[in-house]
Amino acid sequence: MEIRAYLPLLLLMGFVIMNAVMMLGLSHLTMRSRPTAVKQSAYESGIPPLGDARERFSVKFYLVAMLFIIFDIETVFMIPWASHYRQLSCAVPLSNGLCPAGNTSFFGLGEMLVFMLILFVGLAYVWKKGALQWD
Amino acid sequence: MGYFYQINFYIFGLLAIASALAFVTRKSPVAAALWLVNTMFCLSALYIMMDAQFIGAIQVLVYAGAIMVVFLFVVMLLNLGHPSDIADMRGTWGKLIAAGIGVVLLAQILVIQRQRLPRIVPDVEAPRNVITGIAQPLFNEYLLAFEVTSVLLLAAIVGAVLLAKRRG
Amino acid sequence: MHYDLALPSGLMAALVPEIIVVSGAMLLLLWAVWRPESDVHQRNVAIGAAGVTLLAAAAVVYYMVSDASSGPGVIAVDRFRWASDLLFLLATLIAIALSSDFSKREGITTAESHVLILLATSGMMLLAAARDLIILFLGIELMSISVYVLAGLYRRSARASEAALKYFLLGAFSTGFLLYGIALVYGAAGSTNFTDIGRVVSERGFGALPMLQIGLALLVVGFAFKIGAAPFHMWTPDVYEGAPTPYTAYMAAGVKAAAFAAFIRVWLEAFPGTIEFGPPYKVLWWLAVATMVIGNVVALAQKNVKRLLAYSSIAHAGYILVGVLVATPLGASAFLFYLVAYTLATMGAFAVVIALEEVGERNQNVQDYAGLWRVRPWLAIAMAVFMLALLGFPIAGGMGFFAKWYILQAALDRSQFYLSVYLVLTSVVSAGYYLSVVMVMFMRPRAEGAPLPSRVPRATGIVIAATAVVLLVFGIFPSPVLRFARDNTITIAPPSAAASPRAGALVPAANSH
Repeated sequence: MEIRAYLPLLLLMGFVIMNAVMMLGLSHLTMRSRPTAVKQSAYESGIPPLGDARERFSVKFYLVAMLFIIFDIETVFMIPWASHYRQLSCAVPLSNGLCPAGNTSFFGLGEMLVFMLILFVGLAYVWKKGALQWD
Repeated sequence: MGYFYQINFYIFGLLAIASALAFVTRKSPVAAALWLVNTMFCLSALYIMMDAQFIGAIQVLVYAGAIMVVFLFVVMLLNLGHPSDIADMRGTWGKLIAAGIGVVLLAQILVIQRQRLPRIVPDVEAPRNVITGIAQPLFNEYLLAFEVTSVLLLAAIVGAVLLAKRRG
Repeated sequence: MHYDLALPSGLMAALVPEIIVVSGAMLLLLWAVWRPESDVHQRNVAIGAAGVTLLAAAAVVYYMVSDASSGPGVIAVDRFRWASDLLFLLATLIAIALSSDFSKREGITTAESHVLILLATSGMMLLAAARDLIILFLGIELMSISVYVLAGLYRRSARASEAALKYFLLGAFSTGFLLYGIALVYGAAGSTNFTDIGRVVSERGFGALPMLQIGLALLVVGFAFKIGAAPFHMWTPDVYEGAPTPYTAYMAAGVKAAAFAAFIRVWLEAFPGTIEFGPPYKVLWWLAVATMVIGNVVALAQKNVKRLLAYSSIAHAGYILVGVLVATPLGASAFLFYLVAYTLATMGAFAVVIALEEVGERNQNVQDYAGLWRVRPWLAIAMAVFMLALLGFPIAGGMGFFAKWYILQAALDRSQFYLSVYLVLTSVVSAGYYLSVVMVMFMRPRAEGAPLPSRVPRATGIVIAATAVVLLVFGIFPSPVLRFARDNTITIAPPSAAASPRAGALVPAANSH
């Protein structure tokens, strides 16, 4: 694919970076800094902060993140499958993007079903084990 | 190709190297992780420039997104606290070894650069649909690998749950 | 039977044992979690897993007897694969039996451990079958991830958690090497298929492809980590000591054998004859020598039995590497014979360790075995058999002697004189620690006030008795096992003209956009 097709995206990226630099830079240049102890304390919606922010997180977050990644990767495999499905469900090459009549094949459907069945066992396991519940 | 390609290659390539350097030199693990995200983004831009758009997208989705989230979680779980407390291998020996490995890797790139690679890998004409180049072999030639991946993911699920789930 | 691996149905038919193991694991996983955790349930799942293992073994035997063969493809359908599968399934069966007893003693009620063993086994079976770098990688990962979790399953023990973390980090590191090597080999050869790589190597010459050389070097590093060859063995003692003993046994026997089975196939099929006696051969030569020397010498200083067995397993990796180096038909069958004897002796030795451990995995020092002969004579005799088998002692060491003898013979047959000398000398060194265990058991008095070892659980007892008897019987009549090894040895397939099924073989001419 022609790399120039990405020119708008690149321009957008440049615009975003410039915007961010400008907003931060201008406010930095124009501001008057008169720090006081109250101003410098962490903003906690007007409530005096309690303790340190560096608290140990529960291991439950990790489990959720881990399961997210695994099922995320499952989805990643489904994208090329879906975009290629027309050809995968046809026993002969497509002509003009269509499958010649009488050549439908369940090969593509079958392989994804097996893939998802195996991961569904994983999902059922996670569910039954109670790993999706917070407590 | 032309200048447009070259300029972008150098922008993203240098950014990737700079971010990687920042990643290994930051003292705060969270800052280091965020620099790694930036490296991943630059790499993904390079992939897209090599006509591997799908890989580029997956790079952002999986590496910069999901895996970095877990990375940050682990950093926070461990509660590393104040960066100066962390004992690491930044002594003279660590630096020397790292420099040695760096030299070896550079030499390796030079060796590979110098040889004329056989054109065994067929030059596939760019298909209309950028994903076809991945999907065609993945669901045919590498069908078994595709299915085994799901078994691998299943083992990972069981492992994550067994190790991280507190007994109820 | 001939299987056409280019067709999905042919591929599936050639993978029935693996499919049995995976689907059995899936069903057992659901069953394991559908009932509340309890010791009885854990035992039932273990029995189910043992059933799945036996079923898969029956399928493997069927393929072996029906003399299955295949066209080119991502997996191999040959006798070496079936023989390796049988070996892995044997290790699996023993590991499940030991793990069930261990869980009962330590009060672990998670039944999923048996499912993870099955999943790891499916990875091993894929490794034995893999004729494609991608399948090889997935097999290694499937096996490794399951075993990392098994090592860390016993979360109450800080040592086990440390072992699991160490194993995981270093394993992931070595996987990085492996993957990088795979990428470079693919880049140089243009294919991930062993047969295709082999053809490129023999046509263009190994020396003309620097990228392929670097790729092979990285592959060797990755494999050396997995088999625990020096100088990539550092993780082995800590991990073997910290991990729960049944899974240590599984790692020492199964995981190592699987990595070897995959390695010898890569070595012989993807990098055939042309590199013989070239630089890669020399590298592997030094690796074997270093592994034999370091494993045996450091083992002399060990006081913990699990650590001692860990170093012994490193030393044995060195001996088996000798078998890989001299992989003539004679050498390859010696390699297989050695794996059988090593698996039996290692599994048996770890079973004795489990039988003598107390709750909380105490009693693991060699000194704790003092005077065992007085209180548990049969256990002492069995342990002596395993030690002598690992040493390669004639008659009392059973198959161990012939295993070493055949490797030695193959090395001498290939006029590898110095390699043979190293093998013999390091074996003599190994007598220092194997015999000291035997001496402690038989000649030292029992320590004052040492409690009697608790009763040996039934499955563990059966494992100990069976492995010892099999070792001894086939030590006196080695010819059936030797015939088995000779008939099922890996043969170097000549690079055939037919390419692997390339893209579009299933959906003909699909690149018609």
